[in-house]
Amino acid sequence: MAEFTLPANSRVTPGKNYPAAEGATRVRDFRIYRYDPDAGQNPRVDTYSVDLGRCGPMVLDALIKIKNEVDPTLTFRRSCREGICGSCAMNIDGLNTLACTQAIEDIRGDVKIYPLPHMPVIKDLVPDLTNFYAQYASIKPWLQTQTPPPPDSERLQSKQDQELINSPSACILCACCSTSCPSYWWNSDRYLGPATLLAAYRWLVDTRDEATGERLDHLEDPFRLYRCHTIMNCTNACPKDLNPAKAIASIKRMLVERRL
Amino acid sequence: MNLKSPLGSALGQGSANSGTEHFWGQRLSAVALVPLTIWFAVALLGMPGLDYYTVSAWAAAPLHAILLSLLVIALVYHSALGTQVVAEDYIHTPGSRLVVLAFLRLAHIVLAAAGIFSVFLIATRAGA
Repeated sequence: MAEFTLPANSRVTPGKNYPAAEGATRVRDFRIYRYDPDAGQNPRVDTYSVDLGRCGPMVLDALIKIKNEVDPTLTFRRSCREGICGSCAMNIDGLNTLACTQAIEDIRGDVKIYPLPHMPVIKDLVPDLTNFYAQYASIKPWLQTQTPPPPDSERLQSKQDQELINSPSACILCACCSTSCPSYWWNSDRYLGPATLLAAYRWLVDTRDEATGERLDHLEDPFRLYRCHTIMNCTNACPKDLNPAKAIASIKRMLVERRL
Repeated sequence: MNLKSPLGSALGQGSANSGTEHFWGQRLSAVALVPLTIWFAVALLGMPGLDYYTVSAWAAAPLHAILLSLLVIALVYHSALGTQVVAEDYIHTPGSRLVVLAFLRLAHIVLAAAGIFSVFLIATRAGA
């Protein structure tokens, strides 16, 4: 049946407190989910008091400061620190977003940081995204054609054609949308989720692609596509301001239109 | 231990090549229910009395009987599709999912048959 409570070994317990350094001026409490697979203990929430007077403006700055100066065991993914790699996606203040583009100032009260929801946790804020990436691979996210490319030029595309794929190609696969979707929480083994469906849409509307029919066949499934119930958490969460919900609606529309 | 590749698991048993009929049917029955429900509510509210004879005489009029049958069909069809989605969303044990889906489908067929037959019965008896 549906899971309404966490399994016993996933229940979160209170953790340790790490006070701010002496002489701190602007202190904010960061309440961060901690889980160590080797410790054999339940996950806990540790509280780190951080002096914002000696910290960068973004949540990622605070995480790096904590890791460098207070607790080197704190584990998280990060790379570009400018919202283009998608590594530091996590649940901050109840919303999935990128730690590097989320300003601490925009959060009221304690800053609560959890890993992306309903994913297996590898350690602390690092979720296991294996299935997410496999689902992305399953839609064949590359150009498929039968016509060979012109011998002396690229495959041409008009400006309007490019505009169709402009926004969906801006997806950075951070998984904020998919892991915010209740339908994905309950059925991620079969439902592809908003990120993968947005990518599928990107290739469906690419005027150079010749596999539209096969792509639609692949998606036409009660679970792969139709688990989307237009909850819209995906669009709400997307840190790149993309609209996966609209892309999914367009796919459903294409599937209806090709029958009429 | 699961040694199946992540891509193999994601691809699963492939696409069922269905679902669009369900999606379209749900939208279409929803659209049909808007005028039918309004008509039914307005008709009930506008009736002089809600006693057995007034209501059955009203329901026996051919136009009313046809619209009532359509209301039953749209309502039961929409409910069958909707409750199916709820079961698919929340029931994850394969055996119980199958049993619940089968029960829902059969229960809705019973509801549709009972509803349409009742309308038919009222329409023919009141005319006699």
